[in-house]
Amino acid sequence: MTKDRIVGKSVPRLEGRDKVTGASRYVDDMELPGMLYGATVRSRIARGKIKSITFLPTVKWDEFVVVTAKDIPGKNCIALIGDDQPCLAQELINHPEEPILLLAHPDRNLLAKAVEAVSIEYDPLPPIFTIEESEKLSEIIWGTDNNFKSYLIEKGNVENAFKNADFMVEAEYATGAQEQLYIENNGMIAVFDPQQGVTVWGSLQCPYYVHRALMELCGLPEDRVRVVQLETGGAFGGKEEYPSMLAAHATLLAVKSGKPVKIVYDRMEDMAATTKRHPSRTRHRTAVSKDGKILGGEIEFTIDGGAYKTLSPVVLSRGALHAGGPYYWPSVRIRAKAMATNAPPHGAFRGFGAPQSLFAMERHMDFIAQTLGISPIEVRRRNFLKPGQTTTTEQVINEQIGLGKLLDRALELSDYRTKKEKFAQANLSADRKNGIGIAAFLHGAGFTGSGERYLNSLVGVETCPDGTVRVLVSSTEFGQGTKTVLCQIAAEALGLRYEDVGIAQPDTQKVPNSGPTVASRTIMVVGKLVHSAALAIVQTLRSGGLLGEVYSPEEFRAACRKHVAQNGTFRSLARYQQAEDISWDEENYRGAAYAAFAWAVYVAEVTVDLTSYSVTVDDFVCLQEVGRVLHPVLAAGQIIGGVAQGIGFALYEKVIWDKGRMKNGQMTNYIMPTSADIPPIRVFFEELGNVHGAFGAKGIGELPVDGPAPAIVNAISNALGISFNSVPLLPEDIFEALSSNVSHDTLPALADSKQ
Amino acid sequence: MNDSQTATKFDIPLVVNGKTITVHAFPMERLLDVLRVQIGLTGTKEGCGEGECGSCSVLVDGALVNSCLIPVLQASGTHITTIEGLATDKRLHALQQAFLDFGGAQCGICTPGMILAAVHLLSKNPQPTGADIREGLSGNLCRCTGYLQIFEAVADAAVRCRQ
Repeated sequence: MTKDRIVGKSVPRLEGRDKVTGASRYVDDMELPGMLYGATVRSRIARGKIKSITFLPTVKWDEFVVVTAKDIPGKNCIALIGDDQPCLAQELINHPEEPILLLAHPDRNLLAKAVEAVSIEYDPLPPIFTIEESEKLSEIIWGTDNNFKSYLIEKGNVENAFKNADFMVEAEYATGAQEQLYIENNGMIAVFDPQQGVTVWGSLQCPYYVHRALMELCGLPEDRVRVVQLETGGAFGGKEEYPSMLAAHATLLAVKSGKPVKIVYDRMEDMAATTKRHPSRTRHRTAVSKDGKILGGEIEFTIDGGAYKTLSPVVLSRGALHAGGPYYWPSVRIRAKAMATNAPPHGAFRGFGAPQSLFAMERHMDFIAQTLGISPIEVRRRNFLKPGQTTTTEQVINEQIGLGKLLDRALELSDYRTKKEKFAQANLSADRKNGIGIAAFLHGAGFTGSGERYLNSLVGVETCPDGTVRVLVSSTEFGQGTKTVLCQIAAEALGLRYEDVGIAQPDTQKVPNSGPTVASRTIMVVGKLVHSAALAIVQTLRSGGLLGEVYSPEEFRAACRKHVAQNGTFRSLARYQQAEDISWDEENYRGAAYAAFAWAVYVAEVTVDLTSYSVTVDDFVCLQEVGRVLHPVLAAGQIIGGVAQGIGFALYEKVIWDKGRMKNGQMTNYIMPTSADIPPIRVFFEELGNVHGAFGAKGIGELPVDGPAPAIVNAISNALGISFNSVPLLPEDIFEALSSNVSHDTLPALADSKQ
Repeated sequence: MNDSQTATKFDIPLVVNGKTITVHAFPMERLLDVLRVQIGLTGTKEGCGEGECGSCSVLVDGALVNSCLIPVLQASGTHITTIEGLATDKRLHALQQAFLDFGGAQCGICTPGMILAAVHLLSKNPQPTGADIREGLSGNLCRCTGYLQIFEAVADAAVRCRQ
């Protein structure tokens, strides 16, 4: 590994200079001649039927372009997994932010008043807002049973385990919605030309998702829809699916007006109307032996999908596949389901179901420890998955993981044992109570099961006539460092310098479909393909006698120029091929769910102030095994940033719902961590390597969001001797729990007696 | 922010990144919009439009302000510094270089405002402690980095600026 020149080094971020000088162009920085600005008229009720639409005479309507569902040339849907979500509501309203009408005008300042001047009357229908209401089926709001998707994972004989249990440990856990809160709101520009078709430029993660949605919406062939990603100011999953909706809206206005149309949401509209992390409920019923071994269990994992299917089936899948944590279950039954409610659809957010089910698993491990009177450390150690054992889907772990070693190192780095003892003593008399908690977890990299095979990703590396090299992928940069690391990989493989390699801006007319930029797949899966495509270039040049064994960048360029002169465009393509050891049974949900897992142990130290009931995170240790680290600064940045989002998920970020609508959709009253709220986050990597990823890399982006919430809540429970089973955990929740002895399980703070 | 059908535009003099210019604008137009749309300095970003996120931070006569909250008339005759005014002759400001070196910029949308907040901090306090840096940047939200690499960048730039 030491022979690598570029991979493993913190080279400058490829587009970094433009970002620090303000030269980067985001969607709202782009203007086109004659451009109109668009706005959306949304429903004001959660469920019902549109009775009438009136345009009030307070606005000069002849100056506006108005689009309704009747103006849609193709299918009125946002094509994704299902085609159930309309682009514009025609009659039925299923959530309180449902788009009904679109308006455009050359002066963006006139739009708000015009939106207000559209008066819509409804025949209301009874809405439902919670998982429980949805399960009761008192109102059927989706399909025949309000159920978007269910999964059943079964391994071994759970009934036997229940019979043989020394302890049955049962509890219910819940997590709330969380807003992605990228600092750049969603935005899109569309242009329509009768000959060339539609072009959109925007802030987005997945150009080919938008591409497909626009083809269906407009009834156009693929070569007449073009999607270009502009610099994207944060995404975190929040720009995985919603950009298709926004692109559809801008396109409809552009088609009707014949002019370029820009729609950029303001913060309130973005927070209210776009997707959030799915709220979840997890029930654990676990059979445990008296020495702390898990014998088997039942896990019910349920998410609130909102009004339409969107990505809920896949979020549910990932949540279910992570629900058993990094532990060995001799038997298990996991029932997972996604239910419909009359809220805007919930969607992708970094972690994608795993932060929800892992919160439950890791709180439950502490609960098992308390029930049995053994330490949280020991109960985890005794149940950790070992090489050769199988996961809940019976995937054999054939990586040389050492979770025990990760745990030992995390305990040492955090000074866990000394602190736990010290806190137990000091807390007896203090008004500020300290606690320390851990979370052990895993995160599968890439698409689930056969997902990567269906994606069938294609990647290109091309040499230009001047002899320079460009990477061609639809994988997008939105902060993670996609462009930087893919160029590192290509340069390393080509034997060139980092600065000799460029990368094309994702544009569906110019780059092949390397799949969506989601699921911690880019460096592992797409990176590996970039590596192969680059190696093939060297091979071709060598076999053509144009390049020797050893060469300088100048000789390489000369060889490329010659090859292009002789043969024209020189583009090397690489397509995904499933490794032979990865097989997945979709019907029975059994087999290799992921090509590789990242593994981690996080330790959180907190102070709970009994005057204000506020929680401060004082120290945070993150130890993880993510394969090889290809860029240390970017990798650490992913971990620190993910932990910060996890701290928000645990302690601050509460969406307040009012009849299906987000009531606190402003940065003033939806609170994310500021620079003053962040503890020292100490990041450590164990590097074991991985055969499936480029240069031994695994996925990294989502992992760090899984651990903070359980580690922090475990620490708070340790500090106060009270079990808290839901996040976000706000000061008022802690106050209420401490003031009431009835409604919460009061458990003694246990010393770690058996370490 | 204005009703363009009834209000009157005025000539308003500004000194932006050292250049004297006159803009013709409604008095209550946001400084943010005048900078971005009229002057074409799109490095200043809008994140929330209500003074919470700090992405639109600029310096007005050396003070750090949210340009989404300032009517342009209030800035009349002032010296304004935006992100475009920091690098000289293609040479990056020490803070810009440090943000590059330490991973202080990820998606880049908060970066211009964050760097201006850091410029402001170092102008008032050339030797900030870790706590000073946290406090000095606490009006600027970043969702990507978790801030720590930004703190490192500012601490490093403070040393470079003193040398």
